[in-house]
Amino acid sequence: MKKLMLGNEAIARGVYEAGATVATAYPGTPSTEITEYIAKYDEIYSEWAPNEKVALEVAIGASVGGARSTCAMKHVGLNVAADPLFTAAYTGVNGGLVIFVADDPGMHSSQNEQDTRLIARAAKVPVLEPSDSQECKDFTKEAFRISEEYDTPVIVRLTTRVAHSQGLVELGERDSIPLKPYVKDPGKYVMMPAMARKRHVAVEERLARLSEFSDATTLNRIEWGDKKIGVISSGIAYQYAREAFGNASFLKLGMVYPLPEKLVREFAAQVETLYVIEELEPFIENNCLRMGIEVKGKALLPVIGEYSASLIRERVLGQKQEKPNSIDEEIPVRPPVMCAGCPHRGIFYVLKKLKLTVTGDIGCYTLGALSPLESLDTCVCMGASIGMAHGMEKARGQDAARKTVAVIGDSTFIHSGITGLIDIVYNKGTSTVIILDNSTTGMTGHQDNPATGLTIKGEPTRQVDLVKLCQAVGVDRVRVCDPFDLAEAERVIKEETAADEPSVIIFQRPCALLKHVKLSGVLRINTDKCTRCRICMRLGCPAVVDRGTHIEVDPALCVGCDLCTKVCRFNAFERLGGGKCVVHRS
Amino acid sequence: MRSTSIMIVGVGGQGTLLTSRILGNVGISTGTDVKVSEVHGMSQRGGSVVTYVKMGEKVHSPVIEKGEADILLCFEELEALRWIDYAKKDASIIINTQRIDPMPVITGKAKYPENIIERIKAEYKNVVAVPALELARAAGSIKAVNVVMIGVLAKKTGIPKEKWIDSIRKTVKPQFVDMNIEAFRSGYNL
Repeated sequence: MKKLMLGNEAIARGVYEAGATVATAYPGTPSTEITEYIAKYDEIYSEWAPNEKVALEVAIGASVGGARSTCAMKHVGLNVAADPLFTAAYTGVNGGLVIFVADDPGMHSSQNEQDTRLIARAAKVPVLEPSDSQECKDFTKEAFRISEEYDTPVIVRLTTRVAHSQGLVELGERDSIPLKPYVKDPGKYVMMPAMARKRHVAVEERLARLSEFSDATTLNRIEWGDKKIGVISSGIAYQYAREAFGNASFLKLGMVYPLPEKLVREFAAQVETLYVIEELEPFIENNCLRMGIEVKGKALLPVIGEYSASLIRERVLGQKQEKPNSIDEEIPVRPPVMCAGCPHRGIFYVLKKLKLTVTGDIGCYTLGALSPLESLDTCVCMGASIGMAHGMEKARGQDAARKTVAVIGDSTFIHSGITGLIDIVYNKGTSTVIILDNSTTGMTGHQDNPATGLTIKGEPTRQVDLVKLCQAVGVDRVRVCDPFDLAEAERVIKEETAADEPSVIIFQRPCALLKHVKLSGVLRINTDKCTRCRICMRLGCPAVVDRGTHIEVDPALCVGCDLCTKVCRFNAFERLGGGKCVVHRS
Repeated sequence: MRSTSIMIVGVGGQGTLLTSRILGNVGISTGTDVKVSEVHGMSQRGGSVVTYVKMGEKVHSPVIEKGEADILLCFEELEALRWIDYAKKDASIIINTQRIDPMPVITGKAKYPENIIERIKAEYKNVVAVPALELARAAGSIKAVNVVMIGVLAKKTGIPKEKWIDSIRKTVKPQFVDMNIEAFRSGYNL
């Protein structure tokens, strides 16, 4: 039976069919749906871990314990998990261990554009790279086999276009894989110097054997066409190259590390001009150059952003595209915005009003950097807001801390904000940390986390008490407020930034998109009262719109959070009487 | 068989993902290769979103490029203008006559372009403007704008109506099936 599946869904199916029994992850676009789909299979234990490092450690433990296990993350998540990865490469596995890492060329939803293949090579871990949904499933199953045969973790590298494209997938049955016995083996699993030295030798021997495997496996294949042009490619870039080059010859790589060097030589010897088409870093290209094979790649194509068939046609084949029409004008951009009813909005309105320096973090609230709120000063990585606020204070003195706040979400605080807060307390900082607790992991599409009290399967569990947690690490000033109460929020932020000791303000209100959140209904503007002072526009609410002649509320977007009524000085906002939405026009 | 490329453009939150699911399932039922490329994550928060659906004997790239779309399904006028270059000269262009101001317009830093539909009609011969928001409201929910648009599109594809209704039935939640089929019909019978 064939089914249309997202690349991430096909990965989940592969995990299921491979007989895996443990899956763990921290959500991150474009990898999130892998674990969401895995959670639908009752045969597999699945969980959201607090961060990628913990997730990978759980997966390593499950593997040592004898189970086929997996861990999924986005590219920057692998940085967090790099520590266990590099040494798991030494210990090897018991049950198969496959790590799914999704890169984001073009940065659709990320803070950088790093290439996972470089980290994998540094860790000496083999990498498979599927180019469509069917391969996502097939390569996943093969990755488990390789992992067990070669005693190594295996990385399956995705990119956004593979992870988030749907394609047809032939479904199979689940393999019955018995739990392997666990046998105590300190020489293999206790990585202290004496043992690790021996294991490093094993790693190098394994790489040599994996190189031979790469030459032999059907994951890598030559598709002969016209031999004037030869193309080495993998992943989504292969699909673009297929469209751009038509009947050229292709060396399609499914295993990109270690590279099948014999196969590359064999292919290179038979084609006139050889191109390497790969997004991001010149990984395959540099390997070819090191082998003394002449290829064209990054001299023609960028290391920045996504590729496309037309980009390849233009840059490599010199085919320019004509502009299809004469409509030519500056079209206003449409950046993402906080939703109408978002509990974060009011806090950024207040922070801007108070002219505070705001060290920001990763989540929906990063949008607080954009106009008109424009309140974020920094955003680097998960959890960085807190350490950076502390660093600002240590560089600029306590007076700076009186004008600075760190802003971080509930899930991000659990991920890696806690340690930053401990640093502030331990090293006598006085910073104020604002936790925007919207009871979910918002930007990635509403995953539960340790602070929501629900597991990935929606089962009730012990909820992390953020107030007690902050108190336990030594913060005496911890306050909980409603972010919709702007007057209270302003007062509390002023008081806490003024205090010369560490403080935490937790603004608690669930994300407006959560199903159980019901706000009070649509508002409208009474144009007799509205003076068009535009103070409401400073909230940056997509539902409040200036039509030029008048300001109005878009009834299709408004949810009735009432923030606009709180900033309006003329009581111009009124609630519609519960019935049909009627837009008041002047 | 030549491939058919359908592009769905709109604003994050307008239901373009569900639309591509329904389209994809119709694609499978016609027995061709299908690829659908979606946008998740940050753009879903009110940003400009685009989804590609490609059907044909063998589909390689899931992405549609400039001048390649046979059908451009636009959920919002400004987004129609933004992505119009992606339509073939003789493409079917279906535009929901809804205007959602982007933040630069809301904050007064940019102007919302005027007469979008007239200007597109001057360049492309096969353009339909659809008051999908009103039709969806009449069908029972303003959230069904996407399914009204699918109705208009379905009429243009030559794929039997039953396949579409069947795909909607399989894709939307059971309690919303009737309302969505009503919305589909109002678009189909336009």
